[in-house]
Formats: sequence, C-alpha cells, structure tokens
Amino acid sequence: MTANSLTIAAARDALRGGEISAVDLTMACLTAIDAGDGLNAFVHKTPEIALEQARAADARLQTGDAPALCGIPLGIKDLFCTKGVPSQAASNILRGFRPEYESTVTSRLFGAGAVMLGKLNMDEFAMGSSNETSCYGNAVNPWRREGSNVALTPGGSSGGSASAVAADLCLGATGTDTGGSIRQPAAFTGITGIKPTYGRVSRWGIVAFASSLDQAGPMAKSVRDAAILLQGMAGHDPKDSTSAEIAVPDFEAALTGDIRGKVIGIPREYRMDGMPAEIEALWQKGIAMMRDAGAEIRDISLPYTKYALPAYYVIAPAEASSNLARYDGVRYGHRARLAQGDGITEMYEKTRAEGFGKEVQRRVMIGTYVLSAGFYDAYYNRARKVRALIKRDFELAFAAGVDAILTPATPSAAFGLGEMADADPVAMYLNDVFTVTVNLAGLPGIAVPVGLDGQGLPLGLQLIGRPWDEAGLLNHAYVLERAAGFVAKAEKWW
Amino acid sequence: MSIDTDTARKVAKLARIRVEEAGLPALARELSGILTFMEQLNEVDVAGIEPMVSVTPMRLKRRDDVVTDGGIQDEVLKNAPLAREGFFAVPKVVE
Repeated sequence: MTANSLTIAAARDALRGGEISAVDLTMACLTAIDAGDGLNAFVHKTPEIALEQARAADARLQTGDAPALCGIPLGIKDLFCTKGVPSQAASNILRGFRPEYESTVTSRLFGAGAVMLGKLNMDEFAMGSSNETSCYGNAVNPWRREGSNVALTPGGSSGGSASAVAADLCLGATGTDTGGSIRQPAAFTGITGIKPTYGRVSRWGIVAFASSLDQAGPMAKSVRDAAILLQGMAGHDPKDSTSAEIAVPDFEAALTGDIRGKVIGIPREYRMDGMPAEIEALWQKGIAMMRDAGAEIRDISLPYTKYALPAYYVIAPAEASSNLARYDGVRYGHRARLAQGDGITEMYEKTRAEGFGKEVQRRVMIGTYVLSAGFYDAYYNRARKVRALIKRDFELAFAAGVDAILTPATPSAAFGLGEMADADPVAMYLNDVFTVTVNLAGLPGIAVPVGLDGQGLPLGLQLIGRPWDEAGLLNHAYVLERAAGFVAKAEKWW
Repeated sequence: MSIDTDTARKVAKLARIRVEEAGLPALARELSGILTFMEQLNEVDVAGIEPMVSVTPMRLKRRDDVVTDGGIQDEVLKNAPLAREGFFAVPKVVE
C-alpha cells in the first residue's frame, strides 16, 4: 500500500507521528495522478503549488503548530475559483480564466493546512449526471464490470472528484451538489459524499449554477474523512448572504456509532416502478443494518416526491439562465472572433454559441423560456409552489419524530460512457430521482457505499437528515458504513 | 405545450445564443420534450401555496452602504478578452 491510498484520518496520524512527511505524501499522490491520466480526473495539475504547500505543512508539523488538515493532499473541483489557477467549470467559455481571488471553501481548506494537487473534471457548469458534458472530455470510472473493459461513467457532475478519490489519486476532494452531483458520483464509485444543509458551506467563489440549490461538500474514502473535510469547509461567511450564522459542531466527535432509539424513515414513494431488484435488495439490506443497530424503522410517505424532478428541471434552468447571463465575452473568458460589421449583439450570440456546450445551451434556453413573459406563472411560479410542498413533506416527517431517512442513492449502478448518447435528455435527468428532493428542500444528504451489484460495481444508499443536523446524519452514515463493511476497491487497469 | 420553430428562434434570441436556421427544428423538438416532462406539474393542486423563495426562512442580511473594497483595476481587467485604457472594450455600439 502506498501513501496515496491512506484515508485522511490515517494520514493525519501518520503525519503527526512523523511516520511520513507531507512532501512524501504529496509526491505519492502526484505520482499516482500522473499514472492515472487514463481516468482524465485531474484536468489542471498544480504540482508546484502542492509541493510548496506540503513544505509549509511539514514546517508547521515540526513546530507542533499543525491545523486540522495539515499536509492533507486534496483535489479541487474545477467549479471552485482558485487564485491564479485555471478555474473553468469545465466550459470552453471560461478557457484561460485565472481568478484573481480564492473561493471561501478553498481558502478555508488551505488555511487548515490542506494541499491542492490540482483541479478536477466535471460536467460543464455542473450540468450533467455522467461527466460527459465536460469540455475536457469524459472522466472515467476506475471501476469496470467484471470481465469487461467497457469504460464506465464516474457519474456527475462531480465525476472527476469521484474518480480521483476512488482511484487513490488524492486523499479527498471537493464536490458540489445541485441535484445530486456529489451523491450520485460517490455512489457510482464506491466512496462517501455529503451534501450539507443549504447555507452550511459558503458558495462564495464557486461558479454559480442554480443559486437556491447549489451547495458544496466533501467526497472522501470514509464517513470519518467526510466529517473531517466538512469541518474544514463549513461555517458562516459574510461574503455569501445565504450562508447561515449557525455554530458548526464537531462532526468527527459526533461519530459515536450509537443510533439506538433513533427513528429511520423509509419513504414508500422511493420504490419506483421498474427499479432493479438489486437496488431494492440493497435498500432492504440497509434497513436491516439500521434495525440491527437499534434504530426504529418506520414507513413514511413523502407524497410529492414524483413531482421533484419536473420542479427541479424548471427551477434549476431558470436560475442557470440568469446566472450564466454573465458569460458575455466582455469581462472574462472566451470572446468569439467577429465578422466585419458585427455589433455587440452578434458578439454575445456568437460567443455564447461557441463557448457553451449543447446541454448548457439547452438548459439556458429552457430557463429563458420558463421565465419569459406569459410563462412565468405557468412554469416557474408553479414549480416554486410544488417545491414548497416537497419541503413540507419532509417537515411533516421530521415533526413526527423521524431522525433520518434511508433511500437508494441512484436508480442503477454506473452505466457505460456513451450509453445514453442517443437517449433523450429527460432519460439522463432520471439519474437524480432519489437525490433531487434533498436539494429542493435544502436538507443534508449523504451517500454511503453499501455493496456490489451482480457485475461487481459499487452501489450506495442515501441517508437524508434534518436541517443543520449533519452531525447526526454523519453518525447514522457511520453506523451504516460499519455494518456494510464495504472495503472493495477498483482493480487497477489505468 | 409544444414549441415551434418560431418560438425556438425567439428563445435563442432572448438567451443571446446564436442558433443557425437549420438547427431550429431539432432545438424545438428537444425543448418540447423537456417541457412535456414538466407538464406533470399541472396535476398538482397548488391552490393557496406560496411559491418558495428560500429554503431556510431567513431575511437577507443588510450591511452598511460603504465601500469595502476597490482600487484593483488591474485585477478586474486582467481576464478581459479586450481591455483598453483601463476599460473593458467591446464592438462599437450604435443605436
């Protein structure tokens, strides 16, 4: 075992115990990254920054002044603005953009001593569920079906983050989640990912997709690592007016492994028609694990669940069409070459046609349509009302005493890259069917690997928590993780 | 609601995304498909429900109306595709 395959918790102990230096740990990751080019997970490598940060971390470790993440090498999703380093949101329209500032999340992580290895692949502007809309090309899942060499998707939009963590190219990574973009790729690659409560983590300096839904979170090799990373990311930020002024508890200390007497809700509406038998079996397995741990299992109803996806696909594109209006070829990024006589409108139109990929264009136009005069009430306002009903479903369940809700994370295991190419866009949207409700309601949700399917691919379950109760949610996830005992790793082919 | 070619052209114009005439029928079909999916929302009785504004009941914070940052013209212009004499430069705008 090489150092890059350590968990954050184990590396922290090894660094503090002097068994390994931050520079050696970082070098092990940089070597793994170069050997992992076939995964196309890291799209901008930053070895100079990494080694400089690692040397600084070693100096602090030696003086005994080591903050929580001192010397821990991480990958950063390309959606985060990192000072002086390309931050493109996997879009051609931001080619060449090097921010003059650092996102709040990354500055917190670096302030806590973390090391940046580079920027990670993703779907363009985080719009996608397979990492196939990226301007950098597909990220690839380190997992393959047994006896097959077909390249599979790592999921999306945080596909590069998932692939890099699962393949041990880094110890952990940042992700963002607007409709499932942390939890679905985590489930597809056998790792853990948590989307915090809306407002727990600052959105400042993260390229905006749908501002009322976007939330950043960690992607990690274990629940404990997710807790450690979330601690480094969370907290009030005056620069994000939606960031909550609520104290951040000690997430790692909450991992007691004791959930006796807690009530786990099982929502009947998440039993979808045509759901694969393996997913249902996995869910039942998870229910049994929680029961064996002393929790009370309770059937619950979240009646508006089936309307979550259509509501999401009104609200998210509406917000995106507004957020992405800033890409006009004036202040940053790409500007189209203009023809003789072209005016400013032609500049906007050509720049955006060249710079945005197909899926982004589609969503911007859908958003434009649902916000346009005459349709605003019929689509956008109606969707926001349905959203209120979806949130109320959860509020009623929690008010009735439910502590956490257990569901499948995804409707299938990872699918093949290109397999959905001819499907209509709505078929791809169905990937988010179990995760999108959580964003609409602003709740915390976590995906935990629980087993393998018949073809040897990882499958995950999702736990949904009460608002601001990431600590309790992580503890529930910790119980599930320990009971599942998921230790499988992808066989190295890259 | 089905989107025809004329509506697709209008939406593309509003979104400031150039779509060639030949691409409009396919775009109209795609947008129609997505909108059909959204029609499910019409089944929901939303009478008396307020549209959600924010997931957590919070008032957006206010701050004093004072300058807290600035004097960084070079940084602001650094990523501009075209900047001249301290300004962003764009094609001539004549109305």
